[in-house]
Amino acid sequence: MGVMTQNQSAQAAAVSATGLRKSFGDTVVLDGLDLTVPAGTVFSLLGPNGAGKTTTIKILSTLINADGGAAEVAGHDVAAEPDQVRAAIGVTGQFSAVDNLLTGQENLLLMADLLHLDRSEGRQRAAELLGRFDLAAAAGKMAATYSGGMRRKLDLAMTLVGRPPIIFLDEPTTGLDPRSRRGMWEIILDLVAGGVTIFLTTQYLEEADELADRIAVLDHGRLVAEGTPDELKRLVPGGRIRLQFTDAGQLDRAARVIEEGTRDDEALALQVPSDGSVAFLRGVLSRLEAGSVGVAALSVDTPGLDDVFLTLTGHPDTEDDPR
Amino acid sequence: MSTLSYAARDSATMLRRNLVHLMRYPAMAVSVLGLPVIMLLLFVYVFGGTLGAGLGAARGLSYIDYLAPGIIVLAVCSGAVSTAVSVNVDMTEGIINRFRTMAIARTSVLTGHVAGSVIQTVLSAVLVTGVALAAGFRPTAGPAGWAAAFALIAALAFATTWLSVALGLVAKSPASASNLPMPLFLLPFLGSAFVPPASMSAGVRWFAEYQPFTPVIDTLRGLLTGTPIGHNGLIAVAWCGGTALVSYLWARAVYSRGGR
Repeated sequence: MGVMTQNQSAQAAAVSATGLRKSFGDTVVLDGLDLTVPAGTVFSLLGPNGAGKTTTIKILSTLINADGGAAEVAGHDVAAEPDQVRAAIGVTGQFSAVDNLLTGQENLLLMADLLHLDRSEGRQRAAELLGRFDLAAAAGKMAATYSGGMRRKLDLAMTLVGRPPIIFLDEPTTGLDPRSRRGMWEIILDLVAGGVTIFLTTQYLEEADELADRIAVLDHGRLVAEGTPDELKRLVPGGRIRLQFTDAGQLDRAARVIEEGTRDDEALALQVPSDGSVAFLRGVLSRLEAGSVGVAALSVDTPGLDDVFLTLTGHPDTEDDPR
Repeated sequence: MSTLSYAARDSATMLRRNLVHLMRYPAMAVSVLGLPVIMLLLFVYVFGGTLGAGLGAARGLSYIDYLAPGIIVLAVCSGAVSTAVSVNVDMTEGIINRFRTMAIARTSVLTGHVAGSVIQTVLSAVLVTGVALAAGFRPTAGPAGWAAAFALIAALAFATTWLSVALGLVAKSPASASNLPMPLFLLPFLGSAFVPPASMSAGVRWFAEYQPFTPVIDTLRGLLTGTPIGHNGLIAVAWCGGTALVSYLWARAVYSRGGR
């Protein structure tokens, strides 16, 4: 029956959007965005600051309305049935959404109360989450005293109180130190193992690669590429080989032998774009040897977000990114 | 039915949250209480001698009996600043977006603030009344008069709180949120709080007679000290009801418009 098929397709796609558009004043932030996230998968929206990632999450999580296009989350239209969408989602934004004047435990109990859990169930859920996120020792301290990593964990724990089947994470590890970042990744992978659908945004290719089943690259409000991490990496050159020399003479000779290299005179280095294969590296080394150029040091750089953007959009991810 | 009971439950949850805030961060509440108390002491012990001599003979009232109702109203206005600031702080912090993405009664965030602030404001008005009594305020009201006075204070607190919630929502920052309700605090001065409008110069007098705080203060004074109330009671209730309704609609519209 028609209703059945509609339900089935809703189950298949946890999140879908067609032609989403949004402008703030004269600035076009989303310029016809299409995406589909199958239930139970991790989808990552990858892009530099200002690409429209947060705006996308705000529209999908019912915080703001799109100017055009349509989006469905958990089978409900985000504009027409926001409350049904809200009942199915959890959102952890880029900026900490914890109550600073409440303790960790009180923050979780506040969520339990707002979700209308009964008292004992709420307490049990709070204790369970505090334990799981290593926050039990700090449960009675005000959130204002928490470190950045602890706040982020409390933030996510608050999102999980209601066991939402679809979770939006807006740059979940931005600003965290490497160890906290790893911890957050483990938590996210745990959630995925529990069958949750995750829609996350990130500026880090490495993070998307680690976590996502599918990655979409967003640039100036449009998707410029979409695929599995492997498909995406195949689109991108294999990074660069960086050759370091001891004096300008060696650098000159090397630049003559390897014409495709980009020289950095100040650092006495030569950057050679590569496809990442061993054969290519061997080729470069044998050309240097044939030209009897002495190399002080060699390093192979794997592709980063910069390379992705350079390849896919023809411009580096400068925008307003500090790096 | 269940929508309404969920709305009440969510508002109660938000009220509990605001009361915890009040206890964890009492500095705001203390300053809310401090200002009217200082005004009271200043006007009784510093300016009171001269002001009282100017109107005491004519009215047969000691100056503190004239002044105290005005100061109690001032205590209510003083609460508006803290309401606007705490609403604004809430809106500029990330937690509001969390509330907005949860399936909770939409305005429970605001009603929680209003309930918390009305409780705080009425409490501070009661404390200020206590200080006035200690400083020599001698009201003549019976139980009915006190009850009516309490109801009027609660109604005024309800109106100014909704207004300051709206102001807190439109303010761009906590600093401007603390400035926007300032006129509320100044209006009693340009009304009948400290001196009778009849003694003011023509233009100011016209303003003083028609602005909302004069009928509220005159009604409160009448209820507590037995001075004539006349139509002021009705006018005061109308002002409170009208301000509350308009401010509620304004606050709700700004709040649901969402992301600034």
